[in-house]
Amino acid sequence: MDSLPREIDTAATPAVKVDGLTKDFGDVQAVRGIDLTVYTGETFGFLGPNGAGKSTTISILCTLLDPTSGTARVADFDVLTQRDDVRRNIGLVFQETTLDVYLSAAQNLEFHAELYGVPRELVRPRMKQVLEMVGLWDRRDSLVQTFSGGMKRRLEIARGLMHSPRVLFLDEPTVGLDPQTRSSIWKYLYELRDSEDITIFVTTHYMDEADHCDRIAIMDAGQIVALDTPAALKAQVGKDRVEIRTDDDEAARLAIREKFGIESRVLDGVLTFSVADGERFVPQLFEMGMAIRAVSVARPSLDDVFMAHTGTSIRDADQAVARGSGPPPQLAGRR
Amino acid sequence: MTTTNEVPPITVVSVLVPPRSWRSDWRAIKVVWRRELIRFRRDRLRMVTSLMQPLLFLFVLGTGLSSLMGGTGAASDVNVRTFLFPGVLTLAVLFTAVFSAGSIVWDREFGFLREMLVAPVGRWAIVVGKCVGGATVATFQGLVLLALAGLVGVPYNPLMIVLVVAELMLIALMITAFGVMVAARIKTFQAFMAMTQVLMLPMFFLSGALFPLNNLPTWLTILTHINPLTYAVDLVRRTIFAFIDVGPAGASFVSGVTWGDWLVPMWLEAVIIAVMGLIMVWVAVIQFRKA
Repeated sequence: MDSLPREIDTAATPAVKVDGLTKDFGDVQAVRGIDLTVYTGETFGFLGPNGAGKSTTISILCTLLDPTSGTARVADFDVLTQRDDVRRNIGLVFQETTLDVYLSAAQNLEFHAELYGVPRELVRPRMKQVLEMVGLWDRRDSLVQTFSGGMKRRLEIARGLMHSPRVLFLDEPTVGLDPQTRSSIWKYLYELRDSEDITIFVTTHYMDEADHCDRIAIMDAGQIVALDTPAALKAQVGKDRVEIRTDDDEAARLAIREKFGIESRVLDGVLTFSVADGERFVPQLFEMGMAIRAVSVARPSLDDVFMAHTGTSIRDADQAVARGSGPPPQLAGRR
Repeated sequence: MTTTNEVPPITVVSVLVPPRSWRSDWRAIKVVWRRELIRFRRDRLRMVTSLMQPLLFLFVLGTGLSSLMGGTGAASDVNVRTFLFPGVLTLAVLFTAVFSAGSIVWDREFGFLREMLVAPVGRWAIVVGKCVGGATVATFQGLVLLALAGLVGVPYNPLMIVLVVAELMLIALMITAFGVMVAARIKTFQAFMAMTQVLMLPMFFLSGALFPLNNLPTWLTILTHINPLTYAVDLVRRTIFAFIDVGPAGASFVSGVTWGDWLVPMWLEAVIIAVMGLIMVWVAVIQFRKA
């Protein structure tokens, strides 16, 4: 799934505008002064290791937490002073499910529509629209407790859209789902941003998903350490990763150091090193007469970007979630 | 708002949510209330089990006590089961109402509370909807028991039924509000159950549901008088016995709560219940503002 080339009007009033935002929990500074602008209509990815302050930031933007200092505007409303206006204009999909499993899918959406004051005559058509979009219209009268994890997640996305929010916040929308379900969720999100005038703000642990965003921000230790399009961030890391298999790895390693001054490592019979523009570099090795049996050149991945900025691999954080170690401490306290 | 609103495809049903007003809060109350009813209707098991305890009290304890007191003079004019009936009605309401309120803790554990708390409506509306919903369900359970009135010598007088139902509603509202107030800060359903056991049983035993409150030792009298449930049971009992002729000796058992020598009028009992209910709703709302 490639993200579509899209035009974002950066001059329009931003969907999210954050200035100097901080949040303290006692002595712990969870958010240390961040500035952030999310343009209207963009799909914005928010990445970071566990405990980086992502969830705290998103909670502030959703008016669930008050900032310690700084300001945040969502859909052009202040999260502190215009709380209800912010809430009317955002849709929320949380990490943990917030459906009533003893109600049917339709009843969950009706409940939401009533709470958000959706005009009565629009409840039914809008429900049909959002349920069809996530492929659950046929299951509207089934109790949610009969739904699989992926269906529940889709229903939550549909519910978050019932009141036509201007900004949809998704906190780890695909965590714990299998790859097929994950990609179907993203398919719905793509359809959504193409069919509705909506800004999507998503946190994720999956780098392949971050690649689908128009821009991403990487947060670490309460600060934003990188913010740009995935392509630009990868370009910043610059170097490609080259992996070669040779008849004599040790000789090849020494030759590469001598000739090009590049340090490489031998891992499981594969010689690995980083170099700018790897595709042009590899032919030089052949010209040297090196006995190469296999070559692979990899463009920098977002994982490399993430690693470069945070010093940890997102996979570590990923595994922590997969193991079910739960949300970071400051999240647990707020439920 | 000044954003680029490109014309969306025609198929999109776009919703424009009106700004928050008293109507949003009113709709919120109604939908939270309706959810309680839907959930209760689905939960047949709960309907049956919450009638178990009152029926045990009424027919097992009631019959057992009858044989104990069978020979004594004054008591024989008042059937023990008839005497217990108002208390048992209150008990049915008590348990159903508290369980309904407890569903807030359940909602918190399973995340649904969050869906309600992030909505652009006043939290008071959520709390009020919950209280009214729980009260409706509890009144319904009281009504089911009231249908058994004939079995314990209580006549099916229409006026009496109307009065008792109205009183049960008031009582149910107070108790649900009490439950919501307790539930506001509790994180797990187990903790809530433990909490209610600690609070509910003493309240029930000290309410005069099982024995007359006249001629009790002072310490017990004080405890019963500060228990709001006392006035609830007494109100229902006096209403029901107003429609039964028990003779002067029997009447002394059901004459009502006295403060010193002063018989507390029934209207004042109703006011006490209503005021307690309002205070508890108010406290619950404040708790939820912070939650």
